[in-house]
Amino acid sequence: MEIPYTVEVRPDTGLSNGKLGVWLFLSSEVMLFAALFSSYILLRVGSTEWPHGYEELNVPMAFFNTIVLISSSVTMVMAWASLKMNEFAKFKLYLGATIVLALVFLVVKYFEYEHHLVAGEGPSHSTFLAIYFTMTGLHGLHILGGIIVNTYLWGPGNKMWKTEPERFTNRIEIAGLYWHFVDLVWIFLFPMLYLL
Amino acid sequence: MSSGHADDIRKHVKTYLMVFGALMVLTVVTVAISYLHLEVHEAIMIALAVATVKGSLVALYFMHLNHERKLIYYSLALTAVFFAFLMIIPLATNLDKIVQK
Repeated sequence: MEIPYTVEVRPDTGLSNGKLGVWLFLSSEVMLFAALFSSYILLRVGSTEWPHGYEELNVPMAFFNTIVLISSSVTMVMAWASLKMNEFAKFKLYLGATIVLALVFLVVKYFEYEHHLVAGEGPSHSTFLAIYFTMTGLHGLHILGGIIVNTYLWGPGNKMWKTEPERFTNRIEIAGLYWHFVDLVWIFLFPMLYLL
Repeated sequence: MSSGHADDIRKHVKTYLMVFGALMVLTVVTVAISYLHLEVHEAIMIALAVATVKGSLVALYFMHLNHERKLIYYSLALTAVFFAFLMIIPLATNLDKIVQK
């Protein structure tokens, strides 16, 4: 059966089904992270002492990762804009850059985690590190999910460009919405965990 | 695809690059402020304000929320209400502190 309203908009919603679907999914994602932000606030206001993030964590590494993730959001939106301008080669370049930047983020995160774990500072070490590992771990899983989807769209999934270019462009837009959301979460996680 | 449409996108691209610049500057500002070692309350307010501006730029321009269909705004407004609840509940636990006289 054909999936309806992949390109043309549904008259009652004014949206393609995929776009509405991803926004509803992102709403549920907001609530997922909100539950953890809420837990963080509760743990923090309820504790007698709370360390400064910059004393416990590596700020330069996280600063570098923030730059990397914001850059990947720009390359993602440029990948979509390239398809809109009918420039497929540029699309491949920009989406490829997005994937590479996402991998760089994970590698840096790996070194951060390794540093803590080698020093015996796992999640059970302190409440601060417990919430740090939980939140950045969940965020990291989202990065991994984005890499998998984007790599599919960059590689085998791009065949759709030849047969249904508009539908493929919509797919990139939707994957982009998810990716920008992951960037947005990090924009809040970075100061909250590392700088305050 | 009409050339007029492609021109529109080119204008968007300029906006994206400007937003990129703004996000970079604000990231540096966030880190710079943290080196001032302000009072915790001040630091939290400033850091959250800067993060909110950055988040809004991403949502408005990269996620195209500056021109989107009403249905998406409605669903996000509902999400925002529940989000606010989750943020207020833990803060409210701090309102009934028992003060020893």
